[in-house]
Amino acid sequence: MAEAVLSLEDAQLTLSGNAGAVEILKGISLDVARGETLGLVGPSGSGKSSLLMLMGGLERATGGKVLALGQDLTTMNEDALARFRLSHMGVVFQSFHLIPTMTALENVATPLELSGAKDAFDRAEAELRAIGLGTRLDHYPSQLSGGEQQRVALARAAAPRPEILLADEPTGNLDGATGQVIMDLMFKLRDKYGTTIVMVTHAPELAERCDRIVHLSDGRIDENDLHKAAE
Amino acid sequence: MKIGIAFRIALRELRGGLRGFWVFLACLALGVGAIAAVGSVRTSIEEGLSQQGAVLLGGDAELDFTYRFADQAERDWMASVSERVSEIVDFRSMAVSGTGQTADRALTQVKAVDDLYPLYGEMRLSPEMPLEQALQGDGSTSGAVMEQVLMDRLGLSVGDIFSLGTKRFVLTAAIAHEPDNASAGFGLGPRTIVASSALEGSGLLSPGSIFETKYRMILPAGADLEQLEAEAESRFQDTGAHWHDRRSGAPGVERFVERIGSFLVLVGLAGLAVGGVGVSAAVRAYLDGKTVVIATLKTLGASGRTIFSIYLLQIGMLAMTGITLGLIFGAAVPVLLSPVIEAALPVEAAIGVHVAPLAEAALYGALTALIFTLWPLAKAEEIRAAALFRDPAGQMHGWPRPFFLAMIVLLTVALVALAAAFSASPRLALWTAGGILAALIVLVIAALGVKYLAARLARAKALRGHTALRLAMGSVGGPSGETTSVVLSLGLGLAVLAAVGQIDANLRSAIERDLPEVAPSYFFVDIQQSQLDGFLDRVTNDPRVSRVDTAPMLRGVLTKINGVSAREVAGDHWVVRGDRGITYSATPPENSTITQGEWWPEDYSGPPLVSVAEEEAMEIGLNMGDILTINVLGRDIDARIANLRIVDFSDASINFVLTLNPSALAGAPHTNIATVYAEEAAEAPLLRDVAGDYPNITAIRVRDAIARVATALDGIAAATSYGAAATLLTGFIVLLGAAAAGEPARIFEAAVLKTVGGTRGKILASFAIRSAILGAAAGLVALLAGVTAGWSIMTFVMEAPYRLEIGSALAIVGGGTFATLVAGLAYAWRPLTARPARVLRGRE
Repeated sequence: MAEAVLSLEDAQLTLSGNAGAVEILKGISLDVARGETLGLVGPSGSGKSSLLMLMGGLERATGGKVLALGQDLTTMNEDALARFRLSHMGVVFQSFHLIPTMTALENVATPLELSGAKDAFDRAEAELRAIGLGTRLDHYPSQLSGGEQQRVALARAAAPRPEILLADEPTGNLDGATGQVIMDLMFKLRDKYGTTIVMVTHAPELAERCDRIVHLSDGRIDENDLHKAAE
Repeated sequence: MKIGIAFRIALRELRGGLRGFWVFLACLALGVGAIAAVGSVRTSIEEGLSQQGAVLLGGDAELDFTYRFADQAERDWMASVSERVSEIVDFRSMAVSGTGQTADRALTQVKAVDDLYPLYGEMRLSPEMPLEQALQGDGSTSGAVMEQVLMDRLGLSVGDIFSLGTKRFVLTAAIAHEPDNASAGFGLGPRTIVASSALEGSGLLSPGSIFETKYRMILPAGADLEQLEAEAESRFQDTGAHWHDRRSGAPGVERFVERIGSFLVLVGLAGLAVGGVGVSAAVRAYLDGKTVVIATLKTLGASGRTIFSIYLLQIGMLAMTGITLGLIFGAAVPVLLSPVIEAALPVEAAIGVHVAPLAEAALYGALTALIFTLWPLAKAEEIRAAALFRDPAGQMHGWPRPFFLAMIVLLTVALVALAAAFSASPRLALWTAGGILAALIVLVIAALGVKYLAARLARAKALRGHTALRLAMGSVGGPSGETTSVVLSLGLGLAVLAAVGQIDANLRSAIERDLPEVAPSYFFVDIQQSQLDGFLDRVTNDPRVSRVDTAPMLRGVLTKINGVSAREVAGDHWVVRGDRGITYSATPPENSTITQGEWWPEDYSGPPLVSVAEEEAMEIGLNMGDILTINVLGRDIDARIANLRIVDFSDASINFVLTLNPSALAGAPHTNIATVYAEEAAEAPLLRDVAGDYPNITAIRVRDAIARVATALDGIAAATSYGAAATLLTGFIVLLGAAAAGEPARIFEAAVLKTVGGTRGKILASFAIRSAILGAAAGLVALLAGVTAGWSIMTFVMEAPYRLEIGSALAIVGGGTFATLVAGLAYAWRPLTARPARVLRGRE
C-alpha cells in the first residue's frame, strides 16, 4: 500500500449525555493512502460521520490514535487543529454550512485569507468561475439554490488545495443530477491534484466510484472490510 | 373563529415555558417599574403635602402683603372671617457677630413672629425650650434663634450676642425644626427667628425696605376656602394682597415635585421606548422560531386572524406578567427606600401604595408592548403554509399590512397624548415624545446606514487579508437583525444620557464658570435714599471696584392691562404672578436696546409712561400704547407703554421688566439697589465697610447665591442621572438580549471558521471588532442626538450659549463601545469552546 495520509489506530469515541455515556466508535483501525478515494457507508447511527469528524480533528477521539500526515490529531489543541486543517484539509458537509452573512466569494476567500494568501479573492473568484458560479459571486447563501450552495462549499474546501478532502454526505441534500455534478467536481480534484478523498455516503452509485468502500456498523468496521484491508 | 380556540392553542404553545423571554420581561418590568416608582414617590410627597397643608402653610389660610403691613380694613376683614390671626414679617438682612474689623457677616432670612406663632405644627429648638421663652432673651437683650448652619458660619454659640441692623440679639437656641419652612420657597440665606416686637428701633423695616408680611388665620370649622378666597381676591386684588390656603400649603415644593416628577416620568418613557426595542426583537425572534408551527397550523386550516389572536394572547399574557413585575417593583421601591426618601425631603411624605401612578405606569407599559409587538404579530399572520416547504427563515421580513401600520401610528399618538395629559408640563412631554420618536427614526436610518456601509466595506479590496475585520464587517452588514436592535436600544439609551450630560454640563458651566465672570460681586439692597451718596463714595473710591450700577427699587403689582384684570389677559405668566421689582429712569438703561417706540425726554412730566421688556411683552401679548395699571404701595398708576426694549437677564446685572418715567413714581418712598463689580480680594473689606456704616443694607454675595443654585442643581442632576441610568440599564439588557439571540449564529460561524482553519484568537478578534463597531456607531448617533437635544434646550429654553462638553461626549461613545464589547464578549465563550463537529452535525 502507498504511503498512508490518514491512519487510525484503535480510535474510540464515547460521548456522554444526559442518558449516560454512549459508545459511538468502538476501536477503529484504518489507513487511507495518498490519492485514494475512500467511501464510508453503513446504516444511520453506525458512526460514519463521527469517524469522518475524528479524521478532520473536528471531534476528539476518547481513545486510540488519529494520525494525519504523520501527526497525531488527538494531542493537538483546538487552534493547532484549526491550523492543521488550514494547511492540509478541506471539509464538505451535507448541509453546506456556508456562513450566511458572507457572500459566495467571501465564503470561498475566507480560508485563503486565513492562510495569509495575498491573492485570496482572485483565487476564490477563479475557483467559483471554474465551477460555473461566476455570476453568483456576490450572492448570499440564502440567495443560492442547494446545488449552488454545495458547489460554493466545495470551492471553499478545495480552494486552498488541501491534500485531504473530507466529505460528509455531500450529495445528501441534492437531487440526482445536481449530486452528479458535485461528484464530478470532487473526482476532478482527485484527478487534477491527487487529493485524498474520504466521503460518507448513502448513495450506492457514488460509493461505487470510490477506490475503496468501508462499511461501518454499530461503531465498528465490518469484518469483510477488515479482511480486505489485511489482504 | 372562536377566541376560545385561540386561547387554548395559545396556552398549549406556552408549555415551552418562558425561556428566551427574559429580555421581554426585564425590559417591560424595568420600564414600567421606573415610571411606577417615580410616580409613587411623587404621589407620596403630594399626599404628604396635602395632608400637612395647614402645618406647612402655618395656618388654614394666609394673606400676604409686600412692602407693608395690612391696613385696618384688611385686619378687620381677617378678624371677621377667622378665629385667630397671627402676623409674620419676613425679610432679608445681614446677621453680624463681633464688632469692627473682626466682625463676621452673613446673609439671613429673618422671620419676625408674634406670640401666636406657630398656629399649627410644632417649633423645635435645641436646647429644648418653648419659642416664646427663647425669643424673650435674657431680660436685657431680645432673644433670637437661628439655623445651625448660620451659627457655624458666624462662629456663634448659644448665649452669644449678634446684631441685625442696629439691634442686638442674644442667641438662645438653634432651630431644630421649623414647621412652616417648606412654604417659604427658595431663600438665599439661612433662617433667623425673632419676635416682631424686638424689631422696633432696628432700622430694618423703614419705608421703602423690602419685606413681606403674612397673616395666618385659623378658620372656623367648615369654612368654605373657595368662597373666602374669592371674597379676599375681590376685596384686595388691587392692593397687592395674595391669598394662600391649606389646600396648597407649600406651592413651591409642590410645583418642584410636580415638575421634576413629570420630567423623570418622561425619562422613564424614554426607557420604556428602549425596552420596546428589546420587546420587539424578542417577539420577532420568538415568532421567527414559530414559523414552522404557524405554517403547520395554517395547513390544518387556521386563518390569519386565528394565528394573530393566538400570538397576541400569548404576548398579552407575557406583557401582563412583565407589567405586574414592574408594578410590584415600582410600588415596593418607595416603601423600601422610605427612610432615605424622607430624610431628603423638606416635608413629610405619605409613603404607601398609590393606585393612580401604578395605573398610569401600567397603561404606558401596555401601550408600549402593543406598539412594539404589533409589527411582528402582523407579519406572523401572513406566514404561508408553503413555508413548511421553502424558505421558512424569510417569512418575518418586510412591511405589515397598512391596517397594522395605521394601528401602530394611532397607538403611538395615544401614548404621547396620554403622557402629555398626565404631565405637569404637556409641552415638555410633547417635545420629549417628539425627541424620542425623532431619535428612533434617526437611529433606524443610522442602523441601516451602518449595515450598508459594513456590507460595502466587507467587500472592499482594502480589507482583503484583514480576516477578522472583514468577518466583522460581513456580520454587521449581513442579513441579521442584531445590528438594528443594538444600534436602536443602546443608541436611544445613550442618547438620553448624552442629552442629560450635555444639558447638565452646560448649565453647570453657565452658572458656575461663566456667570461669575460677568456677574457682579454683590447685590446691595435696601439702600436708603439718604445713604446712597455715602455708599457710592465708599465703593467708587475703591480701586479694586471696576463698576457700580444703582437704580431706584420699588415693588409693584401689575393688576390690569387696558382695564382688564392682568390675570385674565396674561394667565399665569410670571410677570403678573405677585409683585415685581420696578424702577424709574429718565434715560434708557445702559446695555439695553429699544426695539419699538422711543424713550421719554429726560424732563418729561406728563401722564405716566412705561418701558417694557420686549420678550415678556410678546409672551403676554402687550402692544405699544397699551395701558398697564401698576399698584405701588396701594396706589394705582395707569401707565401707557411708550417703548419695548431688549433686556438681557443672563449676566445678573440690574434689570427690570417694567421701568417708569421718574415723575410717575414721584413721592413714593423707596430704596435703591446697587450692583458692585469688584476683584474677589476686595469683596470682604467692601462688605465689612458697607455693613459697618449702614447696618440696614443687605448684601447678597453673588458667589454664595451661585453656590446655592449649584447645590440645588446637584439634587436635580442626581435624580435625572438615576432616571437616565435606568434607561441605559434597559438598553444594556436589550444589548445582552441581542447578544444572546445572536449566540447560536456565532456558535455556528465559529464552528465553520474553525473547520476552514480559523483559530480562536482570530474568531474572538472578529467578535470583538463587530461589537465595538456597533457600540461606536450607537454611541456616535446617540451623541449626535444628545448634542442636538442639549443645544435645543440651551438655545431655545435656557437661552444660554451652548458649548460641546467633550468629556461627556467621549464618555458616551467610549461607554457605548465598552457596553457592547462586554455584552458581545459575555456571549463569546460558547462559540469559542463549542466543538465544531457537534455544532455542525446538530444542524444536519
